[in-house]
Amino acid sequence: MHVAITVNGVRREADLEPRVLLVDFLRDLGLTGTKIACDTSQCGACTIHLDGTAVKSCAVLAVQADGGAVTTIEGLASNGGLHAVQEAFHDQHGLQCGFCTPGMIMTTVDLLAGNPEPTDAEIRHGLEGNLCRCTGYENIVRAVRQAAEVAR
Amino acid sequence: MTVTEERQTTTLVGESVKRVEDARLITGEAKYLDDLNLPGMAHVAILRSPYAHARINGIDTSKAAEHPGVIAVYTGKDFEDLPALPCAWQAGGVENFVNTPRVLEIDRVTFTGAAVAVVVAETKYAAEDALGLIEVDYEPLDVVVDVEAAVAEGAPQIHENAPGNIVMDWSIGDAGATDKALGEADVVVKERLVNQRLIPTPMEGRGAAATYEPSTGEYTVWMTSQDPHIMRLLMTAFVFGIPETKMRCIALHVGGGFGTKIFLYHEYVLIAALAQKVGRPVKWMETRRENYVATTHGRDHVAYLEVGAKRDGTITALKTKTYANLGGILSTIAPGIPTTLYGRMLSGAYRIPNISCQVLGVYTNTGMVDAYRGAGRPEATYLVERAVDLVAAELGLDPVDVRRRNFIPPDAFPYDPAGILNGLEYDTGDYEKALDRALEIVDYEGFRREQEAARKQGRYRGIGFSTYVEICGAAPSAWIGTVGEGWGASMWESAMIRVHLTGKAVVTIGTQPQGQGHATTVSQIVASELGIPIEDVTVELGDTLNAPFGYGTYASRSAAVGGVAVYNSLQKIKAKARRIGAHMLEADVEDVEFADGKAFVKGAPDTAKTIQEIAGAAALAYDLPEGEEPFLDDTTYYDPPNCTFPFGTHIAVVEIDAETGEVSLERYIAVDDVGKVINPMIVDGQVHGGIAQGIAQALWESGVYDEDGQLRTSSLMNYAVPKAEFFPPFEVERTETPTDVNPLGVKGAGETGTIASTPAVVNAVVDALMPLGIRHLDMPLTPERVWQAIEQAKA
Repeated sequence: MHVAITVNGVRREADLEPRVLLVDFLRDLGLTGTKIACDTSQCGACTIHLDGTAVKSCAVLAVQADGGAVTTIEGLASNGGLHAVQEAFHDQHGLQCGFCTPGMIMTTVDLLAGNPEPTDAEIRHGLEGNLCRCTGYENIVRAVRQAAEVAR
Repeated sequence: MTVTEERQTTTLVGESVKRVEDARLITGEAKYLDDLNLPGMAHVAILRSPYAHARINGIDTSKAAEHPGVIAVYTGKDFEDLPALPCAWQAGGVENFVNTPRVLEIDRVTFTGAAVAVVVAETKYAAEDALGLIEVDYEPLDVVVDVEAAVAEGAPQIHENAPGNIVMDWSIGDAGATDKALGEADVVVKERLVNQRLIPTPMEGRGAAATYEPSTGEYTVWMTSQDPHIMRLLMTAFVFGIPETKMRCIALHVGGGFGTKIFLYHEYVLIAALAQKVGRPVKWMETRRENYVATTHGRDHVAYLEVGAKRDGTITALKTKTYANLGGILSTIAPGIPTTLYGRMLSGAYRIPNISCQVLGVYTNTGMVDAYRGAGRPEATYLVERAVDLVAAELGLDPVDVRRRNFIPPDAFPYDPAGILNGLEYDTGDYEKALDRALEIVDYEGFRREQEAARKQGRYRGIGFSTYVEICGAAPSAWIGTVGEGWGASMWESAMIRVHLTGKAVVTIGTQPQGQGHATTVSQIVASELGIPIEDVTVELGDTLNAPFGYGTYASRSAAVGGVAVYNSLQKIKAKARRIGAHMLEADVEDVEFADGKAFVKGAPDTAKTIQEIAGAAALAYDLPEGEEPFLDDTTYYDPPNCTFPFGTHIAVVEIDAETGEVSLERYIAVDDVGKVINPMIVDGQVHGGIAQGIAQALWESGVYDEDGQLRTSSLMNYAVPKAEFFPPFEVERTETPTDVNPLGVKGAGETGTIASTPAVVNAVVDALMPLGIRHLDMPLTPERVWQAIEQAKA
């Protein structure tokens, strides 16, 4: 099937098998910042933004995104700088191995868009779809808190 | 009055320097194994046994081979020329009945998930499609999954060379003296403790990719690895039978390991062999289900404990017989974990005069068990810390008082724990200091008052302690060599440092991070010692090409062994810089010192040659001191004289809902002592993550097989990896007792959290339930298990 998806502001077209997952489509474009880590939509490492909302790209077929606009971790910041959430993860040591990090960051951006002043409990709840095995989440929560404060 | 010139050296060691690794990781630029895309690369999928124990009577690959996009299909018979994998760390001093995986199993499988066939295809999708077309004629055999059932009379026998399913029967300590002491003790407490199987679950699974050049016979193998140099050694010397110069092993960014990426897996060998067979680059990345069924698991002990004490709480003897489930076949260092790293740490932080330990390593029809974060020390700490609480409960004493009574005092170091460390000694320690600070943070007396009040209201609140000690910084090679423990090789570490003409330093290390931030901590050491900006340091790792051998990252050794190699190398570089600097200053070397990145005549720091000027002069070599070689560089190997022994106190505070059995973790406090700290931010992060994994064992995680050997927890849908919501904020502090083992004073911090936290939480839950007469519960302490215990206790 033919799909046309705007990825990080660039229109990308392809002929795909209907079963191709959006995450595979994106990774085949060379955008390997979006990770695959569970196959069952639990871990959130593949989180991207589809039409402005965080989705798990392993749970979306590429054809479902036809005509849509996708932002991946590679397209989050503009002008070669860092997004405030990226900076916050760096400042607060909110990452170790980094494998969950792109998904965490994409989820956090969406979380703060919907709730600019989250409590710690709301941050922890808001990250329920993203697993991290390195940090114990302690510094991720601090990073989200910092990003929220910077935005205010 | 004597004036001592105190030079204030600018140092980044001890500072929370933000990580140099992060830029790539937060932007998605970092390349992990699955991000590798080589020209002409084919994709690999592996067929795994649905049976836990079966004979393979035949495999028909013809339909799969005809599937569109399939390049080749192979079975174990196609790799018969390659031997089974090495078991590189066997239990010392006893016979080990070894069975290890083959590249693909040929005629028999001993656990669900064993690999039996492989498809190479143009795409990942085509490879996975074709797996379903392979027909395997299995003859199912009787299955045993329980470790005690496996050693019982009449159990199904898994391997011909291992009667009774015994891998090894290993003992340490003085059994006679221990039995005598138990006989003379005022009280003896006995308990059976299950340390359940865990599935490590790094966010990135395992993978490998390879190329082969027929013209030279050279392999390049990319792999998810914590120790690429060892991978090359094991693959070339023990599997392929080729010189190590014919293989290059590369670890890219590694997305967590926690031990699972230490080992040589048959899939890594398979991928290298396939590259040669199909004549194309190949790549395999496991699915999460494969990660669950076929990557190594951890823990899985059943321990029978006897501990004897005097009425005042003085522990006089500790004895255990422990069954260690090692799975259906042995992973690379499986027998070493429940022996060296478990049995030898059973004294904990206490003076226990009599200790004896027997460990039976056992085959069962389950997945491989090997090192998982902490590796043996969490199991030992769990046993010892539960033992202390059992003694306290039996005698009606405060568990804190029993700990104090038995602590090894600060003046007793170096301390030999009843001879069980086989020649090593605990280096330094001040156990009460960490305990006192943790008690202060939690307000222990206040908590006990609140607990008393809560009990009167029918509420179950509890506090649990873990005053642990562990062993890091593996290891003195002579110890490994003489006692037959460790990799069957050595465990020193290397550093190669080159200070280029411009004064920029490139440091090549043999350790291999999976998120620990080695590049940052090493850069801090280099920048501090050479007096150069941290931006001027580049750390190279993960590639056996052009790098000195290194043993990799595990056992919290990268700072205490690898970091010291870097530090020692820098001392040699500074000595050379001083000699060249003196020559440039036309002064005697004895009159010149090197500090803050400059060589200068003592007392006259204003006339100095900078490290950049010296590096330039060394590289150009127009005018060097007589006999001095050009270039400012060095390669150093560091073999530690002893291991290091971090310690600390962890405290958990819980409340239990008696109606549902749910354990609410209210506070978690950690006061660790890991010696000197290079980067507090990074150490805190390591502690946080370790605590989370240890708490998860206590409360949620368990790898469960049914009686047919099917893994019931084979995805993230049913294996309870914790989420952010599960945890309270962690309250983390430190005391600092430097080790005297190495010049940096560092001990190791990667595993303390996992080692300490599990018993702290279990002790807290048992403390909460003490009024019901409950003395012990096996993990994980899920609501169902706790509720049942409460109901039984009330009945």
